[in-house]
Amino acid sequence: MFMTVREIQQGLVKKQFSSVEITRQYLQDIEQHNPLLNCYISVTADIALQQAQAADSAIAAGTNASLTGVPVAHKDLYCTDGVRTSCGSRMLDNFIAPYDATVIENFKRDGAIMLGKTNMDEFAMGSSNENSYYGVVTNPWNSERVPGGSSGGSAAAVAAGLAPAATGTDTGGSIRQPAALCGITGIKPTYGRVSRYGMVAFGSSLDQGGAFARSAEDCAILLQTMAGFDRRDSTSVDQPVPDFSSDPGQGIEGLKIGLPKEYFADGLDGDVARVIDTAIEEFRRLGANIREISLPNTGLSIPVYYVIALAECSSNLSRFDGVRFGHRCDNPVDLEDLYKRSRAEGFGEEVKRRIMLGTYALSAGYYDAYYLKAQQLRRMIKQDFERAFADIDLILGPTTPEVAFKIGAKTDDPVSMYLQDIYTISLNLAGLPGMSIPAGFVDGLPVGLQLIGNYFDEARLLNAAHCYQQVSDWHMQSPVLKS
Amino acid sequence: MSAWETVIGLEIHAQLATSSKIFSGASTAFGAEPNTQACAVDLGMPGVLPVLNGEAVNMAVRFGVAVAAEIGQESVFARKNYFYPDLPKGYQISQFELPIVGKGHIFINLEDGDSRKIGLTRAHLEEDAGKSLHEEFPGQTGIDLNRAGTPLLEIVSDPDMRSAKEAVTYARKIHSLVRYLEICDGNMQEGSFRCDANVSVRLKGEKELGTRAELKNINSFRFLERAINFEIERQIELIEDGGKVVQETRLYDSDRDETRSMRSKEEANDYRYFPDPDLLPVIVTDADIERIRAALPELPEQKKQRFIDELEVSDYHADLLTGSRETADYFEQALAQAPRLASQLANWILGDLSAALNKSDLDIQDSPITPPMLAQLVERIGDNTISGKIAKQVFEAMWQAQGSADEIIDARGLKQITDSAAIESLIDEVIAANPGQVEQFRAGKEKVLGFLVGQVMKQSRGKANPGQVNSMLRDKLK
Repeated sequence: MFMTVREIQQGLVKKQFSSVEITRQYLQDIEQHNPLLNCYISVTADIALQQAQAADSAIAAGTNASLTGVPVAHKDLYCTDGVRTSCGSRMLDNFIAPYDATVIENFKRDGAIMLGKTNMDEFAMGSSNENSYYGVVTNPWNSERVPGGSSGGSAAAVAAGLAPAATGTDTGGSIRQPAALCGITGIKPTYGRVSRYGMVAFGSSLDQGGAFARSAEDCAILLQTMAGFDRRDSTSVDQPVPDFSSDPGQGIEGLKIGLPKEYFADGLDGDVARVIDTAIEEFRRLGANIREISLPNTGLSIPVYYVIALAECSSNLSRFDGVRFGHRCDNPVDLEDLYKRSRAEGFGEEVKRRIMLGTYALSAGYYDAYYLKAQQLRRMIKQDFERAFADIDLILGPTTPEVAFKIGAKTDDPVSMYLQDIYTISLNLAGLPGMSIPAGFVDGLPVGLQLIGNYFDEARLLNAAHCYQQVSDWHMQSPVLKS
Repeated sequence: MSAWETVIGLEIHAQLATSSKIFSGASTAFGAEPNTQACAVDLGMPGVLPVLNGEAVNMAVRFGVAVAAEIGQESVFARKNYFYPDLPKGYQISQFELPIVGKGHIFINLEDGDSRKIGLTRAHLEEDAGKSLHEEFPGQTGIDLNRAGTPLLEIVSDPDMRSAKEAVTYARKIHSLVRYLEICDGNMQEGSFRCDANVSVRLKGEKELGTRAELKNINSFRFLERAINFEIERQIELIEDGGKVVQETRLYDSDRDETRSMRSKEEANDYRYFPDPDLLPVIVTDADIERIRAALPELPEQKKQRFIDELEVSDYHADLLTGSRETADYFEQALAQAPRLASQLANWILGDLSAALNKSDLDIQDSPITPPMLAQLVERIGDNTISGKIAKQVFEAMWQAQGSADEIIDARGLKQITDSAAIESLIDEVIAANPGQVEQFRAGKEKVLGFLVGQVMKQSRGKANPGQVNSMLRDKLK
């Protein structure tokens, strides 16, 4: 069912349908299409219907909140009280979270319905959703193609109409890249805007929760619920949250948009470039003042990212030791055996690769050359953006260098897989907010356009995306699903 | 005279007396049922995040100010990565490159009366691990995470101590200081105050430090001294027999009074420290430091000086009285009731009271004779109600819980006889009964007076005022 959050909100309030009705419809669609798409790991039908009933009562009583009765899917990385939170890993296949992530609490507070938990690359490590213990997610536009990752399940679910909106997390592009590859709208807010409490950590200094939806307007509604200072996350920032969801209204006349020349250089697929150029023309017609800029350290972002993210992940994943929760090997002979086999059996290949690389980068004698150096370069990448934003309001470019690739095409070549994140990764290093919005198609596969905002400037980002979506309909295209 | 010199540095883990843990809201109370004081954060559940307890920071700064240390205006928490079942996250949150307390120092008093400056390398905040329980579960290991996340201040000294005695003196000094500062309860049995000792030996005159062993599992000052002495002998013997000391961690076994190798440096972990991305740097401003400095309680050195200057207590007594906060508190509480009798109170506290406490293995705060009770006793000596000799009897009775000084004096009729007529009649009796001695005295044998005084005291059953007897007797015999 292809509805926007806005349409559902309005329909519910106008009593055109009940929350139970649309929730049932989504659950039915999931049952029909999930076997092929594999975008849900867990479908929480009972919870969803209970919540929908409560939502209908609230609407009837006039005590409804902003998302009352609106179904949402959650990336299986957000802890959900009493519900399996697997992170796409065998390690947590048996893990029932004992508490709700702050983001989940916020959705409950605002009345949203949880349809289920979506598939993802194991522990958010991957750009194709091929690294899941629960199997590959297929792209709704072409089942031989990947949906992107790591939040591939959430992106595919929204693109396929198996949820009107979904949460994701973005450590190096894990919201924006799958949004681009699945032809939907996704936002990664400023680092610190959305609480990380209850989001299973991959790279703590890079991870940021965000949302997928069918429009910028819907993303604004979701972000309104998700954002805000949280005492339980010391890195969440105590900044007032503006009203994202009010009608952005004003145009982008005079908005200064920078095009980083490094994002249009070698490596960008020619067809994708043409789609982006067309979109740039559209922004120009809307009155934006477009100029070329330079982010000279862009080329450093992938190596810097892979040192920092992997160093952090090697430490973050140490708690999965088979002692207190998660997978434990059978009949360990001693402590070392317990650790070794539990972790060897519980983690997949890519996760093990990253733990080993990260451990290496932090080892005595290598720390200065890798981790410390990467932190210095990270500051330079951040400074690139700070200089750019002194003169411009937004940065625009492609989200990914190419459209969705074939399942299996890059699995033997991790570096070529890592290069998928070349345009998205530097935002995480800098902590900036970014969006991907649909801008056209190449060979029937969606192309994403990335917008990058200054710190805590999500409102301007959302407004620019909304203005573009007022004059384009790429975001309203829907795939024809096989079943 | 030994050819060897010992070099000792101590690492002291003081558990900070916050009511909740350093990174979670769970209680730090000791002795609860296993795992009842461990929340999701302490368990290292997926997705949880640490939030720093500001009180732990205040306490660390309080310590830093008290030891004249540089306070890290921006200190950083780092992860110390290693696997152990009672370490839930697979890393301990500690401080590495930028600790909250930098270089400082304290002075200790040596046996020969000299004072020695001991450097403090640093003091940093960290979380404690849980406990592994082996005995209760045959063939298995139980894990109690109640202690996980308890705030610790790790106080690292320079290698400035030269004997086990010095090390103990230093450790006691730090112990006393953290108690004065009210940042640690100092309970060594419960593990609130733990000492690890780095011990090495070298030939006298040698500049280079010898290879050190780190001694762990020491839970009393007595064991600290024994463990170090055992280790010194072991190392000297080893070297003299042509062997080499290896850098390793050794556990002290108090039952056998020996240290045993636990793990050598070769098998030691590479802790892969890096700044914890879940926590922001801790900023301590000059204003914070000043506020904390202004609120500091009186420290042992200051208290000692005040006792000497204002109360005219001897240097030696002042040092002993301020050696522990409990003793100083006892003294000051007694002094509040008998403000003019400071040195007498000091004598009693450091003499009879301290001896009685030692004999019964009691701490001063558990003394059956409370400060007001002792003050009353000293007052009765001061106002001549009883003599010092009788006071010892009264003290004994008070220790046996037979009542207050006044009650015991009344009940036993121990009040001193100061009535001149009564004393005079006793003197007359004694003169009449000892004509020979009287003769000797009058012939110039001064010493005999003491015998006669003694006889009068005996007649009075100790209750006559000895001074009064003395002077009256002298008058009579003129």
